[in-house]
Amino acid sequence: MAETEKTTAAAPEAAPVKKAPKPASPGTQALRQAVSDVYAAAWEAKKRGEPVGWSSSKFPCEIAEALGLAVVYPENQAAGIAAQHDGERLCQAAEDLGFDNDICGYARISLAYSSGVETTNESRRMPMPDFVLCCNNICNCMTKWYENIARMHNIPLVMIDIPYNNQVQVDDTYVAYIRGQFDAAIEKMEKIAGRKFDEKKFDEACAAANRTAKAWLKVCDYLQYKPAPMSGFDLFNHMADVVTARSKEQTAQAFELLATELEEHVKNGTTTAPFPEKYRVMFEGIPCWPDLRALFKPLKAHGVNVTAVVYAPAFGFVYNDMDSMIRAYCKAPNSVCIEQGVEWREDICRANKVDGILVHYNRSCKPWSGYMAEMQRRFNRDLGVPTAGFDGDQADPRNFNEAQYETRVQGLVEAMEQNIKVKEGKAQ
Amino acid sequence: MSIDALFEEFKTVSEHPRRQLLAYKEQGKKIIGVLPYYAPEELVYAAGMVPMGIWGSNQKTISLAKEYCATFYCTIAQLALEMLLDGTMDDLDGLITPTICDTLRPMSQNYRVAMEGKLKCIFLAHPQNRRPAYGIQFTMDQYNYIKRELEEIAGRSVTDEDLRNAIKVYNRSRAARRNFAVLANEHPDVVTPTRRSAVFRSSWYMLKDEHAEKLEKLNAQLEALPKCSWKGKKVVVSGIIYDNPKLLQIFEENKIAIAADDVAQESRPCLVDASEKGDPMMALAEQFANQDYDVLLYDEASAENRRGEFVVNLVKNSGAQGLVLFMQQFCDPEEMEYPSLKKALNDAGILHIKLGVDQQMRDFGQASTAIQAFADVL
Repeated sequence: MAETEKTTAAAPEAAPVKKAPKPASPGTQALRQAVSDVYAAAWEAKKRGEPVGWSSSKFPCEIAEALGLAVVYPENQAAGIAAQHDGERLCQAAEDLGFDNDICGYARISLAYSSGVETTNESRRMPMPDFVLCCNNICNCMTKWYENIARMHNIPLVMIDIPYNNQVQVDDTYVAYIRGQFDAAIEKMEKIAGRKFDEKKFDEACAAANRTAKAWLKVCDYLQYKPAPMSGFDLFNHMADVVTARSKEQTAQAFELLATELEEHVKNGTTTAPFPEKYRVMFEGIPCWPDLRALFKPLKAHGVNVTAVVYAPAFGFVYNDMDSMIRAYCKAPNSVCIEQGVEWREDICRANKVDGILVHYNRSCKPWSGYMAEMQRRFNRDLGVPTAGFDGDQADPRNFNEAQYETRVQGLVEAMEQNIKVKEGKAQ
Repeated sequence: MSIDALFEEFKTVSEHPRRQLLAYKEQGKKIIGVLPYYAPEELVYAAGMVPMGIWGSNQKTISLAKEYCATFYCTIAQLALEMLLDGTMDDLDGLITPTICDTLRPMSQNYRVAMEGKLKCIFLAHPQNRRPAYGIQFTMDQYNYIKRELEEIAGRSVTDEDLRNAIKVYNRSRAARRNFAVLANEHPDVVTPTRRSAVFRSSWYMLKDEHAEKLEKLNAQLEALPKCSWKGKKVVVSGIIYDNPKLLQIFEENKIAIAADDVAQESRPCLVDASEKGDPMMALAEQFANQDYDVLLYDEASAENRRGEFVVNLVKNSGAQGLVLFMQQFCDPEEMEYPSLKKALNDAGILHIKLGVDQQMRDFGQASTAIQAFADVL
């Protein structure tokens, strides 16, 4: 059904010439497979006539998993489409529908796809939704984005609203409100699935999600080694798994496999990073998916390895009952107060021994970028490391300027060099 | 007092919020700044303080606020921060910071950080699943927290009786504003877009009982006027805000009257009253739950296009010939709902134009040309 609704996908313009990629490690292959299986399972479900859902990345996936519902993730799809240089075309298609180009690039890509515009990225094609699962802990934009999808397809929307939090702890009033919504969501999703909620399956999904989170954190923690056994950029790719398949045992196993590989690299003093590590930085924000090569180029040229990303603590949540699960879902990058956001980042910067911080002012993400200037000041003050900001976009390449980025990286490198010299001078 | 004199008073207040603030301070009152959207002003009133709306500025330039946020944010939020930083708001005794959109989330943190040790910022997170019992309870939890914070500033406790009285005052004010909107449509020869805007805008800078009293007098005089046979055009306006005098003047130059509005600074907050019976905090939570058809609020029936239909009906029922949408730059909620609104308007055969605006706009030539051309085709 979905395919016949689609318009023909145009060939991507000026697609970069691809070099033969290096063979991926078994762990990386297993992680890719876990994501591919999520998409394949959705297509299979559609073929069987079962409902398929589109879900926001931090909707409690454990519920859908317990109900055996096939679910795919528009944010992951949008990132994949953008990374394969088809994002701008879909963004423009959304703009043709009337969506302003100020709107989040993921949302525009997703809304264009939802309206029937096919993507050239075959690996990220998804069956059209029969229901949508929205949790706005990531952003408020999500609410209207999913309402639009529900409207386009005349399908039910399951909404879990997580209000923004002004303090580090999650108040009991938040837990009670969200608990009420969880119960209502389960009831609504039971109707969609046509079966009752299975507590045992839910416990299994939670156990798998916890195991994935722990394995994910373990993988992230390998960036603490100096030199790191991998490029931190790899974590951005593995994000696909924690978004789309975190409640699946297969994913936990894949991360565990990757962890053993990294352990081996540490023992051998080797790394999968394609250059010698001279500086270590935190990359703040979502990467500019359409411009990964341009992002990587000056980092590689200067020996700058990304050894910290906030996604590590943000997605590595471990819980042991329903209330602590709710508290975990309250802690998305854009739903926490500035103190929590700073604490996450500074902890990981200290643990992963960064020399500097590169901050992406992401045009697509207002809640994320909105307090970055103050965060930068705190990083400078608390960590004593230089920071540099650059303008970009997670999905729309029109908002990224490679020359500005290179200049900022150059400036950061010089500041890190200077800072390291000063520190070494003091140490002597 | 004549109609002209009453309008002049509303105009003076709307143009001089700072003067208004200082006048209340001279009366010994404490002032609480209220940022958009849906802050429960009734709580401030019940605590014997003055809620003062903050809707950015049409005169100021963003300068100090650049230290906190990038350019791609709503200018209302940025200019609110600018005024907190440049001393314009120095006489406030507190500030309520709602977080119902993606700009206000991080800005609530910027306001708090920037005002640390200087001004008490009272955080507010509205629930989007606001209608079920757990949503009502969460709103009450939030409002009770705000009440406690306000009590601390006011140095007194707020009783249920205070709250009930505040609800009555606000219901009266909302009723007067709704009535005024209808009368403005019936008498566009007297109620120019500039005058109409001044009445709504001034309501954010006056105690609501004072505003309602004055507005009821104006309404009574408008009701007594003979029927107007309007030769110009009529439109519905939609958006967050359109109170720039130059914009309003363009309507007047083109003989366009405002038949009704779907505007955050004007009628959107006037649509729903709170119950004057029972638990007053519950009544306020239910009032928020009953807010509807707003780009900022989750719609449980999202598969339908209820908001689009609501605005279409506003145009049809008010006798307007078209709709002017003032699209606040970088306002995600407005932008996300535009295609659905456009579809509803097109399906109903209603003409509309979308004009991008922000509070840093100084040149209105393009807007003038667009509105003029729109008037020609209506």
